[in-house]
Amino acid sequence: MLIWIALTALLLFSAATYMAARRKAVAATGGKPVLLHSLPGYYGSYAALWVGAPAALLILLFAMFGGRMEAALLRADPPAAVQALTAPQQDVFFDDARAIAHGGQPSETIYDGDLKTALDAKAAKSAHLQNLIQYGSVALGALLALAGIMIAYPRIGPQFRARNKVEGWIAGLFIACSVTAILTTAGIVASLVWESWRFFQAVPIHEFLFGLEWNPQIAMRADQYAGTGAFGAVPLFVGTFLIMMIAMLVAAPIGLYSAIYLSEYASPLTRSVVKPLLEILAGVPTVVYGFFAALTVGPIFRSFFNWIGAQLVGGSFDGLGQYLMQVQNQMALVAGAVMGIMLIPFVSSLSDDIINAVPQSLRDGSLAMGATRSETVKKVVLPAALPGIMAALLLAVSRAVGETMIVTMAAGLQAKTTLNPLDTVTTVTVQIVTLLTGDQEFDSPKTLSAFGLGLTLFVVTLMLNIIALRIVQKYREQYD
Amino acid sequence: MTDAAIPTAASLRQTVEARLKKRHAQEMRFRLYGRMAIIVALCFLALLLGRIVTQGYSTFVDYRIAVPVYLDPARIDKADPTGANYDMLVAQSILTKLGEQDDDLGEKSGKVMEIMSNDLGFQLLKMVREDPSLIGKTITVTGPVKSDAALYFKGQIKRSTPQDSRKLDDQQLDWMDKLKASGAVTSGFNVSFLTNSDSTEPEQAGVLGAIVGSAMMLLVTAVLAVPIGVLAATYLEEFAPKNRWTDIIEVNINNLAAVPSIVYGLLGLAVFINWLAVPRSSPLLGGLVLALMALPTIIIATRSALKAVPPSIREAALGVGASRTQTVFHHVLPLAMPGVMTGAILSLAHALGETAPLLMIGMISFVPGVPEGFTGAATVLPVQVFIWENASERGFHERTAAAIIVLLVFMIIMNLAAILVRRRFERRW
Repeated sequence: MLIWIALTALLLFSAATYMAARRKAVAATGGKPVLLHSLPGYYGSYAALWVGAPAALLILLFAMFGGRMEAALLRADPPAAVQALTAPQQDVFFDDARAIAHGGQPSETIYDGDLKTALDAKAAKSAHLQNLIQYGSVALGALLALAGIMIAYPRIGPQFRARNKVEGWIAGLFIACSVTAILTTAGIVASLVWESWRFFQAVPIHEFLFGLEWNPQIAMRADQYAGTGAFGAVPLFVGTFLIMMIAMLVAAPIGLYSAIYLSEYASPLTRSVVKPLLEILAGVPTVVYGFFAALTVGPIFRSFFNWIGAQLVGGSFDGLGQYLMQVQNQMALVAGAVMGIMLIPFVSSLSDDIINAVPQSLRDGSLAMGATRSETVKKVVLPAALPGIMAALLLAVSRAVGETMIVTMAAGLQAKTTLNPLDTVTTVTVQIVTLLTGDQEFDSPKTLSAFGLGLTLFVVTLMLNIIALRIVQKYREQYD
Repeated sequence: MTDAAIPTAASLRQTVEARLKKRHAQEMRFRLYGRMAIIVALCFLALLLGRIVTQGYSTFVDYRIAVPVYLDPARIDKADPTGANYDMLVAQSILTKLGEQDDDLGEKSGKVMEIMSNDLGFQLLKMVREDPSLIGKTITVTGPVKSDAALYFKGQIKRSTPQDSRKLDDQQLDWMDKLKASGAVTSGFNVSFLTNSDSTEPEQAGVLGAIVGSAMMLLVTAVLAVPIGVLAATYLEEFAPKNRWTDIIEVNINNLAAVPSIVYGLLGLAVFINWLAVPRSSPLLGGLVLALMALPTIIIATRSALKAVPPSIREAALGVGASRTQTVFHHVLPLAMPGVMTGAILSLAHALGETAPLLMIGMISFVPGVPEGFTGAATVLPVQVFIWENASERGFHERTAAAIIVLLVFMIIMNLAAILVRRRFERRW
């Protein structure tokens, strides 16, 4: 609440500074603003920026990190009674102290004797610290604003290059925004590498990458530490690969053929109808595909295979029949097929762009020599577009590997090393979701293994993307 | 060389014609494959949307039961009205209406409770708590029937199924027919699906909480991602010198756009929750994660919109003495705005449908009611779909499909908005 008041006050103060600085600049020329170096508004903006920006930044930073500062200060000198507690109990104790101080809901732990007095003392201290930090930040902000006006206001005069200065501020803002993208990548890499590193201390990296058994144990007690589960990710890699292959078998031919048809054969009218329709397919959220896979495609496929199995039982394919009768909803084929449907528009729109980029002169030359259209496509257009199409398929593979919702809802949880499309398999993304939903303990290898999987996923998709983008870039230059 | 090797004009013509026929057949086949591919893809689309509509439309019809209940002073303690069993009161009133007598064990009233929602009891409790003078009077309460009963009315539970393999027995079905015939049960548009939030009872569950949660999250995403993305793109396109640094940023952005969304969830978990202590499962956190995810697509869309503005505009502005910043903010950006807005709306629509990263940051928890604020617990539409899909009750399945319909309606609205913006303001140079 206080910070909103402070920010509003700051805004008003900046506005006032703007008006004052602007007036001063105009007044300095004796009522002839044309003599100023910059437009009068720039003088106002310059002063207002000096007043508002640093102070607002400071107050926002305190608002973001104030809670952490308070928590850290609160823990600085724990009383003896608290020191006797275990680390998790201490966490609960301090959380409760803060909850009491801030009018929150403390845990149901019962404190008595020394602990109770310590809790009350800490709660009082927490409230005190919170006030100190809040009012402190506002006071500091006010000081900064005053300092800003001291710096900016005296500089204002007809010769002062206010526009260049304001544009300097804007350039800083520009660069800060661009750096966000870098920071995001850095954040992804740092968090994945850091948590994975902690995981690889508990489970050796070669065991993770080449181990054949995946069975992350649930750590029920604190002392039941590493080594109990098996963290060999090969079954997950195989499962991911299997589903990806099925998806590509569906998406690649359908996507490619529709792209060829749309770019080489279709009339403009067909194109203008079909393309948006395919784009709808691309815009459908993946959770919807997951629902479709789990409740429509899964049961249909299962009853189909069970029916075939029933026909075969008793005949010469009795074994196969018996097997087909047992097939479950959650087979790799279901998740793969639905993922393939999802990828069709992705493959087709990328390939469409690439095929359209092949110069018309190549087609004309081939047709002039008497080739039919399909011969032109097969012998001239496709070979010319091949690198681009390969890149498009690689991007689709990267999509398939990273896709989460369809497999979470339609594929299983059993980690099996199999290439049988009728079997239940699990994938890297499914395991990340299962490991990280629900209660987490951040020091168990079970939770950390999700970051190991995430790092693997990130590296693999990154490599696929880099290769694909390289190919596309090279290919583009060819005809430019 | 023999004579046979020298083809006569006639035989040559014959071979060529035969081959031509084959080549044309091949041509036809190839064209057919292309057509088939498109037809198959469109069939998938029709199947997908058709299945969801057929599964979900029945949710928008609901069956409500109206029953007069005598608030018996002998059974409701005036001093402590919360202690009474209101469900039992309602069940027995329904029995009376059916002309049946409850047995001593309360077996029949137990059966009635299986076909009426406990919302009726809650309503009574609420009324009595607000106004204890109602005790002793007869009031009529209206509420939904249990989801299994609604499924029977909708024909999804059939009398032809053997009694053991359906949830309701013959007697309950008879009662329901009787109630329907007497006009106590009426059907209508299911308003409560749009005005309620999540609930453990399918017939009381609605999507309002999820819609509000989605809106709040999208607001955070838009406020963060759109300005940052547009400014970053403007810098890269209009100001940045071409050097190694800007090259790195550019490659970086292209790669970020293709990072699997689940990785953003891991980022949110490790950085925002564990390091910055943003409250779990809050719209703020979800918005932050989705903003990072939407940023690269917004940057890419903005850059292509800026590229489409012809250089002559910039040159004219610079020629009359505008600075580069003025050129960009007064001329180039306003002209590129339609493209920028289209790109922004589309990437926000994409963010609206995103689920995977939100599962990582704890948005999967059960949240009854509308989110209290940006830092309170919330759920969003796609996650609500995921949660309901996992629920075991059959009543939730049709609600899942209905929630998908609501989600798709919002996505269609956003996409239409994008198309409209493009149509309305697009300028060809």
